[in-house]
Amino acid sequence: MIGLKSVGRKTSAGIERRDFLKVSVAASGGLLIGFHFPGVSALASAQPSSANSFMPNAFVRIGSDERITVIVNHSEMGQGVYTSLPMLLADELDADWSKVGYEPAPVDPKYNHPAFGMQITGGSSSVWSGLDQFRQAGAAARAMLVGAAAQQWEVDASALRTDNGAVLNGAKRLTYGQLAAAASKLTPPAHVQLKDPKDFKLIGKPIKRLDTSIKLNGKAEFGIDVKLPGMLNAVIARPPIFGAKMKSFDDARARSLPGVRKIVAIPAGVAVIADTFWQAKVARDALRIEWDEGSMHDFDTGKMMQDFRERAKTPGTSVRKDGDAVAALASSAKKIEAVYEVPYLSHLMMEPLNCTVDLRADSCEVWTGSQFQTVDRANAAKIAGLPPEKVQLHTTFLGGGFGRRANPQSDFVVEAVYVAKAVGAPVKVIWTREDDMAGGWYRPAFLHAIQGGIDESGNAISWKSTLVGQSIMAGTPFAAMMMKGKAYDPASVEGVDDLPYSIPNVTVQSHQAEVGVPVQWLRSVGHSHTAFAVECFVDEMAALAGKDPYQFRRALLQKQPRYLGVLDLAAQKAGWGQPLPKGVGRGIAVHFAFGSYSAHVAEVSVDDNKVRVHRMVCAIDCGQYVNPGIIAAQTEGGAIFGASAALFQELTFENGRLQQTNFNTFPVLRMNECPEIETHIVENNEKAGGIGEPGVPCAAPSIANAIFAATGKRIRRLPIRMTEAV
Amino acid sequence: MIGFSVNGKRVDLDVEPSTPLLWVIREQLGLTGTKYGCGMAQCGACTVHINGEAVRSCVAPVARAAGKSVTTIEGLSPDLTNPLQLAWLEEDVPQCGYCQSGQLMSAAVLLRDKPTPTDEDIDEAMTGNLCRCGTYPRIRRAIHRAAELAAKAGAR
Repeated sequence: MIGLKSVGRKTSAGIERRDFLKVSVAASGGLLIGFHFPGVSALASAQPSSANSFMPNAFVRIGSDERITVIVNHSEMGQGVYTSLPMLLADELDADWSKVGYEPAPVDPKYNHPAFGMQITGGSSSVWSGLDQFRQAGAAARAMLVGAAAQQWEVDASALRTDNGAVLNGAKRLTYGQLAAAASKLTPPAHVQLKDPKDFKLIGKPIKRLDTSIKLNGKAEFGIDVKLPGMLNAVIARPPIFGAKMKSFDDARARSLPGVRKIVAIPAGVAVIADTFWQAKVARDALRIEWDEGSMHDFDTGKMMQDFRERAKTPGTSVRKDGDAVAALASSAKKIEAVYEVPYLSHLMMEPLNCTVDLRADSCEVWTGSQFQTVDRANAAKIAGLPPEKVQLHTTFLGGGFGRRANPQSDFVVEAVYVAKAVGAPVKVIWTREDDMAGGWYRPAFLHAIQGGIDESGNAISWKSTLVGQSIMAGTPFAAMMMKGKAYDPASVEGVDDLPYSIPNVTVQSHQAEVGVPVQWLRSVGHSHTAFAVECFVDEMAALAGKDPYQFRRALLQKQPRYLGVLDLAAQKAGWGQPLPKGVGRGIAVHFAFGSYSAHVAEVSVDDNKVRVHRMVCAIDCGQYVNPGIIAAQTEGGAIFGASAALFQELTFENGRLQQTNFNTFPVLRMNECPEIETHIVENNEKAGGIGEPGVPCAAPSIANAIFAATGKRIRRLPIRMTEAV
Repeated sequence: MIGFSVNGKRVDLDVEPSTPLLWVIREQLGLTGTKYGCGMAQCGACTVHINGEAVRSCVAPVARAAGKSVTTIEGLSPDLTNPLQLAWLEEDVPQCGYCQSGQLMSAAVLLRDKPTPTDEDIDEAMTGNLCRCGTYPRIRRAIHRAAELAAKAGAR
């Protein structure tokens, strides 16, 4: 097992820009195969710069030392892409898995996401988007190695087979390492035959991750660990209020502190550059800065939610309209309404933001845990005053990402380039935990008002949703692409716009709130709040109809077999309907997000207003899957991520200032609070879906619904506070 | 000058005594396996051992280590053979991996004090170590597994 060092000046030096379908001998004397798959995706070819979609991809290097390096174009932030994507390639290659390693791809259009047209890790898309790319790259490499062996043995290639890193001809055997140089002289095949899934040796198996051992001895290099000769460290004083501008600063004391090299105003704030991080941090805290507080000086989230409540009473932009929900409400035998509220959330990766830059006269190197390489490189280049090709961005391990490290403005990269420009030496900018939490780009707060009606028999006949919240796309360079001409942000309403229940009259309307808080995608994005509102409200409708919440959902999902599949699986594995200890309640939720179906059953008790989640049973249908071990890990992790938000997390502002600062005021679920979690995977051959995010959305509603089962009280605002339950 | 030993090697450093041990380990000694997460002993990512006891190095001034013996993740074993590391591999524990150094260092003290820990023991010892990826269920399994591995090794 080879875990290649992910960071370093030499890391990507072996991979050079290559022409279409050209193969050459890599520095190691091995084989580097470049591939290009025209028309891989309709979306990619629909990009304005469609010239990019004809650039080659390069995914594998085979060394004469037998080492097989898979070059991975997605960032490893815990979701296992440095294992699952190499598995795809290695399986088709018939590689010896113990010789397979990984390497982060440099920034190059050939590593663009086939669906998104740029280099990005997000949208739970790495595996489904890489499925063909990596399998074809492996199959083509195999064909060339077989071709080289056929030449050497002077036999027809069709007489040969491959196994475990070697080409075989009866008792004769040539290893891939022995064949690498000869294979590199061959022309890549125009067409390759992929394996029949029944012949998979790796795909579908719980293969152990390739990046574990270096995460157990301190050797894995995260962005914050990057070391360069002569490197300085910087900490930045950023505005205490969004939109505030620095008026003046007094650095007399800060300048006199040990290790301080330079203090300089940059667009992001005031940067203190010192020999070490700690010196820079101490000096930063000694700065006295006067701010022009700007228009957000009296921003208050309490008042904002009050405004949202008023706005929800007015008609919004139409997102979906089936039948006439208003008329059906009027004629309903029974109706209810509920208003659900969720707060701003911080991504709160364990590794705070950081970025290291070495800026020279005609080059710039950047080291960071990026989820957004194309954009980060372009933004860095702009500030560096260099063409993007002169900027090398090295993707390190990410100590969590959750969307924060894919920032449309590359905030944490751009400011580091400014600092490097000012100081004229390699420099690492580290955000303190407090800086990271106050730095914005949160999951937006949302209000979701729902009205529903049932007929005399208890059938749901009307549903009207009205959402109020900020758009994460508006104002970004991606607004046009992501909003696709719609008058609303699809990311605001995803998860309710496709309400799956058979209800004849459904209206969904959206209000886009303009608030000066920078917002962004956070793990499961819109689904992180729509699933809470929708699945809690379905539960309320079931209670109104006097029906069991699981059976009520079943009845409304008869035309939705995959929703039904996960719902039934979770209910069955959880023992739905079977007795529970006194005081414990069961809640259920089902949701579709990022191509995958998920259902959770939570078991919860409440004691002295304190919520305890005992058990979460998760069912996941992500179609064809690659590594069930990773799927279980992501599902468990998603459930815990969602439970943390549901139970504890809220960012609030008073007088424009964030009230939370660190883990003590924005808690994360801890070991002693962690429920037992089971994951059950639906087996099928459906199109592969995502796995990084689909585990999150059902956590909050299944817990909230379990609280109702345990206490008879409804939760309509997150984080859950029993004192607010109704 | 402040002198102490790190992973068995003696170091003498000219450093401000109030500097947190974490940053001395990371910046002066270049041992970056120990992580910064919160700076206020809330997350445990910076956990190291001073004379065998788990310490949050982000709030421990380096002066506290003077004359003592510090162990970091790099010193847990030379070759991934500590039972905890073996069990972590078996259970495929890490996701992003950032918190795992601290998790292992806390678990090491737990296993030394309680070679066959109960779930309650694990709760007590590990609750100071946050994981944002949600690896807790696997950490729990791995600690139990490490206890078995250590017992077997001891029996041999």
